Amino acid sequence: MKDLALHILDILQNSVTAGATLIELKIKEDPSMDVYSVKFTDNGKGMDAATVQKVTDPFFTTRTTRKVGLGLPLLKQNAEQSGGRLTIHSKPGNGTEVEAIFGYSHIDRIPTGDVAGIMALTVSSYPSIEFIYTHNTPEDTFIFDTREIKETLEDVPISNPQVIAFMKDMIRENLEAIKAS
Amino acid sequence: MTKITSLADLRRIKSDVEAKMSLRERSETPESMVQIRVAMATCGIASGAKIVMEYMIDELEKRNIPAIVTQTGCMGYCYAEPTVEITRPGHGPIVFGFVDSKKADQIIEKYIKNGELLDGIIPVNYENIEGK
Repeated sequence: MKDLALHILDILQNSVTAGATLIELKIKEDPSMDVYSVKFTDNGKGMDAATVQKVTDPFFTTRTTRKVGLGLPLLKQNAEQSGGRLTIHSKPGNGTEVEAIFGYSHIDRIPTGDVAGIMALTVSSYPSIEFIYTHNTPEDTFIFDTREIKETLEDVPISNPQVIAFMKDMIRENLEAIKAS
Repeated sequence: MTKITSLADLRRIKSDVEAKMSLRERSETPESMVQIRVAMATCGIASGAKIVMEYMIDELEKRNIPAIVTQTGCMGYCYAEPTVEITRPGHGPIVFGFVDSKKADQIIEKYIKNGELLDGIIPVNYENIEGK
C-alpha cells in the first residue's frame, strides 16, 4: 500500500464484510506524544480469540477465492516500521476494534494520501451502512457523519456522482482547515 | 479565511440533482442502468482500483451515461487486478482485467456504449461475484 488512505479503504471493507451497520473511523494526530493513531470500530459480527490471533498472519483469510489475506498484515507492517503497533479487540457478536498506531515524526510513517476520496467512494458504495469519520488534530476536530448527509439528501441517493464529488470536497476542505497532516 | 463547504452547500446540490433526476433517473430502475463493480480488496487497491473507480464515476457522469458504480470484493483474479465487472441491462456480467484509466475509457466507449467486446476479458462462467 502506497499510503494510509488505501489502507483505510481496505480495512473498512473488513467491517462491511462482517455485516456492520455502523462503522467508525477515528484518526487522532498528537505530535506532542509522537502518535498518529487510526482506529476502526464496527458493530459487525466480531471474531473469537483464536481468529483474532490469526488475522495478522498473511496466510489466513476467510475468503474462499484465494489463500492469502494481506490487508491487516500489511497495515501491521507499516505501523511497526514507524515504531508503532497494531491492536485488535473483538468478541463474537460485539463488533471489532482495530487500532493502528504510527510514530508521528518517524521518517517511515507512510503518507496520509487521499482520505477524503476514499471516504467518499466507500460511503457511496454502501448506502445502507452508516459511517462516522472523526479526525482530531491539535488544531481542532472534524466529524463526518453519513446520517447527517442522508438526512439532508432525503431521497437523493448518496451514490449520485455530484454528491460524491461534494463529499470529497467537503472532507478535503475541512481536513485542510484543521491542518491535518 | 475561505468558506468551507458545509451541509448548506449540500442542500443546493440536492435541489440541483433533483431537477436533473426528474428528467432522467426517476424513470429508470437500477436494472435498466449499467452496473459497474470495481474489485476493491487488498489486491485491487494495491494495483490502483481507487483511481479506476474515481475515473469511471467522473467519466460516466461527463458522458451522460446512467450507471451505478460500486465496490466489490476479490474474485480470485489477483494477478489481473484492477478488475472491473460490467453488467449491461439485459446482458450477463463481463469481467475485464488489468484496467487502468486508458482501458476504462475504451470500456466505456466500446463496451458500455455499443456492446463491442474488446481485449482483456477474463473468461469465467459464474452468475455473479456474491454467488461464487
